[in-house]
Amino acid sequence: MERSVQPDLPRVAAPERRPKRSRAPYGLAAPALLWLLILFVIPMLAMASLSLQTGNSLEGFRQTFRFANFGDALSQNGEFLVRSLRNAAVVTCISLLLAYPVAYWIAFYGGRFKSVFLFLLLLPFFISFVIRTVAWSFILSDNGIVFGTLKNFGLLPESYRVLGTTFAVVAGITYNLLPFTILPLYVSLEQIDQRLVEAAKDLYASRTRAFLKVVLPLSLPGVFAAVLLTSIPAIGDYINASVLGGPGTAMIGNVIQSEFLRDRNYPEAAALAFLLMAIMLVGAVLYARVLGTERITEA
Amino acid sequence: MSAVATESRREVAPAPLARRPRRRWTRWLLPSYVVTFILYLSFPIFVIILFSFNQTRGGFGTSPRVKTTWIGFTTEWYGRLFELPDLTAALRHSITIGLVSALAATALGTLLGLALARYRFRGRSGADFVIFLSISSPEIVLGASLASFFVALGVSRGLGTLFLSHTMFSIAFVTVTVRARAAGLDRSLEAAAMDLGANPVTTFFKVTLPLLYPGILAGFLLAFALSMDDFVISQFTQGPATMFPTWVFGATKVGIPPHVFAFATIIFLTGATVAMVHALTQLRRT
Repeated sequence: MERSVQPDLPRVAAPERRPKRSRAPYGLAAPALLWLLILFVIPMLAMASLSLQTGNSLEGFRQTFRFANFGDALSQNGEFLVRSLRNAAVVTCISLLLAYPVAYWIAFYGGRFKSVFLFLLLLPFFISFVIRTVAWSFILSDNGIVFGTLKNFGLLPESYRVLGTTFAVVAGITYNLLPFTILPLYVSLEQIDQRLVEAAKDLYASRTRAFLKVVLPLSLPGVFAAVLLTSIPAIGDYINASVLGGPGTAMIGNVIQSEFLRDRNYPEAAALAFLLMAIMLVGAVLYARVLGTERITEA
Repeated sequence: MSAVATESRREVAPAPLARRPRRRWTRWLLPSYVVTFILYLSFPIFVIILFSFNQTRGGFGTSPRVKTTWIGFTTEWYGRLFELPDLTAALRHSITIGLVSALAATALGTLLGLALARYRFRGRSGADFVIFLSISSPEIVLGASLASFFVALGVSRGLGTLFLSHTMFSIAFVTVTVRARAAGLDRSLEAAAMDLGANPVTTFFKVTLPLLYPGILAGFLLAFALSMDDFVISQFTQGPATMFPTWVFGATKVGIPPHVFAFATIIFLTGATVAMVHALTQLRRT
């Protein structure tokens, strides 16, 4: 820009302009950090405190530091937690398999239309995901536009149904989270120097081998980020299970939601939410670990 | 590594000729998959737009529900858009909370982003950690913790708690966006302003803020979109007030009124148009 004017200016004042004991950063950061302290950090502590209380919604809750609440919550809801973890694992695998080729193609062959493709991928975000999930319940409904038509032509038995099954729930979560899988994959694939692939081919690697030995390892940071960004929301999801699922498809999020908002069993709900947070933290730490060792092996 | 790369560039020219005949039809495999994938992602949007023009024969008088099968074309629902007071109120809440919380989060997040990009100060890594946590926490955990907090304080939940909560989860996203923009700024422009006699405040408003503007605008739009789309945190903090997504969720139990799809279509077209215009003006500017 106008930087061409700069070299003529004397370079005297520059070092003194950054006073070390400036109070400016505190003034700038304080309002936002205060907001986050009061409405993020303290609520987390309030939830932790609530998870150790005993009582009921009529007589109120008292702090008794009852750590057994966690054991109780786990033993009563183990089934839902296992189902959530399993669904999240399936969703993450399917999302990775579906998203990787798309991210790969856009990053390597998108050319000047890269941003157009990204815009198209993000288009669904302009409609609230609750409404998109409702739209899927229309699409998948027993006599809807897909299965109703197939049944009319006799291609499917009349009793065939998808809505209300685990398949519908998993498909719904996958659909909702796919953009979050694609973006980190795309970012890491886009950074790969394409000349490395050419080099591999010049050294007589087949296309498959060049992909497996060069592109895939270099995109692993993106893969881990995608796994994290897909699996964490997938574990906590409860909209898909309530809109697309049926009896027997409830996930841990459904339990937390109904315990908190319907049954007002706050300690149990808080304990379960706290467990989810712990799972998320373990995932984040693992992510940092794996990425760290990845960089070590690269060097 | 770079030696290998330059070497290969020199030798790569003759290679494609020999390689091309082998992959004649397979080269269309990946592009057509990408197109299919994009169509799959936007399939619900087509369905929503289509069904917003669907008739609802045999509805319950004034409270029609969308049918899952196609009955016939009508533009009726666009004419009767504001007929359901609850839905209109929910939409008004969503837009109000979206705008107000996005404004608040933009103001707070811009300052924090600037502080993080510019200065090393005590508590900086702590601030970084809190931002990381608030972005990566599962929404249901955020919702449950906020509800625990409001329950413990005995605060009645409503538009006020919605505003506080939406601003909270948007701050981190604005901060990250503005910090990225501020990190790429040329500081000598501010130094030049100061050399020309501008005081720090004037420099901030005349130089720093205009340069940061694209990042701030992106942060604001992101915050607004996140707030409008949010369901989980709203459900935990709304109390008797309902937002657009939570109202729609509640309606799934009894059936969706077609007005919802009409509204969704209008919101989608508005959002997509704004984004497209924004992208085009950005292109022209550079």
